[in-house]
Amino acid sequence: MSPQISPLSLFFASILTSNILLANFLGMCSFISISKDFNSSNGLGLAVTVVLTITGVVNWAVLHYILYPLGLYYLRFIVFIIVIAAVVQILEMVIDRLSPALYMTLGIFLPLITVNCAIMGAVLFIEIRNYSFFQSAVFSLGSGLGWWLAIASLAAIRKKVDKAPVPAGLKGPGITLITIGFMAMAFIGFSGMLKVQ
Amino acid sequence: MFVPVLLASSAVGVITAILALLISVTDKIVNNYGEVTIDINQGKRQLKVKGGSPLLFSLAEVGIYVPSACGGRGSCGACKVKVTSDVGPHLPTELPYMSKEETAANVRLSCQIKLKKDIKIQIPEALFNIKRYKGKVERIRNVTHDIKEVYIRLEEPNEIDFLAGQYVQLMVPPYDKIKEPTERAYSMSSRPSDRNHVELLIRLVPGGIVTTYVHTRMKEGEPVTITGPFGEFHVRETGATMICVAGGSGMAPFKSIFYDMLEKGKTDREIWYFFGARTKRDLFYLEELKQIEAQWPSFHFIAALSEPQPEDDWKGETGLITQVLEKYLTTQIDRTKPMEGYLCGSPGMLDACIAVMKKFQVPPDKIYFDKFA
Repeated sequence: MSPQISPLSLFFASILTSNILLANFLGMCSFISISKDFNSSNGLGLAVTVVLTITGVVNWAVLHYILYPLGLYYLRFIVFIIVIAAVVQILEMVIDRLSPALYMTLGIFLPLITVNCAIMGAVLFIEIRNYSFFQSAVFSLGSGLGWWLAIASLAAIRKKVDKAPVPAGLKGPGITLITIGFMAMAFIGFSGMLKVQ
Repeated sequence: MFVPVLLASSAVGVITAILALLISVTDKIVNNYGEVTIDINQGKRQLKVKGGSPLLFSLAEVGIYVPSACGGRGSCGACKVKVTSDVGPHLPTELPYMSKEETAANVRLSCQIKLKKDIKIQIPEALFNIKRYKGKVERIRNVTHDIKEVYIRLEEPNEIDFLAGQYVQLMVPPYDKIKEPTERAYSMSSRPSDRNHVELLIRLVPGGIVTTYVHTRMKEGEPVTITGPFGEFHVRETGATMICVAGGSGMAPFKSIFYDMLEKGKTDREIWYFFGARTKRDLFYLEELKQIEAQWPSFHFIAALSEPQPEDDWKGETGLITQVLEKYLTTQIDRTKPMEGYLCGSPGMLDACIAVMKKFQVPPDKIYFDKFA
């Protein structure tokens, strides 16, 4: 049975109160390294959102129409990863063609979306929480947008922090992690307001 | 028992196959750039090629061989080409090889530029003379325990024109786990007057694709493909004292240069040739060099061993080649005369020798070398 949650509230919950990055801390590597630059953050946010939405929906279909009926539930991890890898591969080619500039700024982080925990994480949430098709679509889109929102905000904050007198020992990743901690507190503060499961 | 295993593997197989199909279909649609035109030297030559592959390979397909020591992996920085049309900003893979002036002039690494639309480039006219030669290995000889002298007879075309000191790229066929033909650059040790042959000195590099092939598989009589000649490493026609430093197979271009100068009777120039090796068994061509010394009063050959073994019974110079070079520059070489540096060896040796030469006021723009990496 899918949980009784309205898609709209699930959508906002996944963006804000259960933000995949700041509430679940998934997808940190690229979050920290790419947020140095606002434009790249935006691009990567878009890419993650697209990949997450597509893989969420495709993996839901694979799970419900192939793995459950054939009793191959135990293969889900392998199959999910294969689907994610394929989608990233296709997206990479499309971005290279449509926007070489974005392709260049994303660089190595584009193929690395494959191993972005946020994506696998969201797909596994979909499976564990037993979402319906529509809920899965909304949840994965929301999670993607949430990731995008988080990385864009962090990039903006880091731009300010760069000009601030940060103690030498905290420069770079140190102050970034502290910043992320504050952001997470702000997001988690509202965590009870909207249900996700 | 077998059914679930079979079912599981076939399910994963089918899903993977569908996704692979999707990827290749997208690849066909997205990466189809159609035919693109390469305009060389402002309309001198117009080439129509299939888009989608790197400029370096597209040019090679139509017989224009831009030098590339690494074979298009973006690790040697040799395949520089000036692009006059817009192909986007420099890639991170190109920047390490570009000086400020080159970046400003939009000089690019042709192996990193994917042909997506019509392009205008400028290349030296000399590149049109670079050809791909088919030949046969006539003789392979061990000159030391890890250096082989490979003598190649050219067949198609059967004559090569080059300046002593230049290099060619040797291509070896796929073997073992290497799935594609591989090219690496080697200086020619044969003299330019021996127009039907090319001789290379190839030292075994552990893990090296081409050197391993040459040392373990190449046989006399085997067909080979080489491309060339390339490089700016040749004797400048000045009267300056030539200070030459080599190590290992870096002997190759100097062998060619010295014999060429002897043949042409240019023995009035003063030459100091420093050759560095680890032990006595790494030294070679000593007899030949002695003969040159005998015919050429102002030619000085100095071999130095960095780790002479007790059984070597070595009476010559010891120490790193840079230390020996420094010693001779301080005590033996007349530094009031103009000097030129000629270097061939490992990148580490090159850098160290350049530093020593600069210290002794050899002008940096008069230190010549080809860096292979």
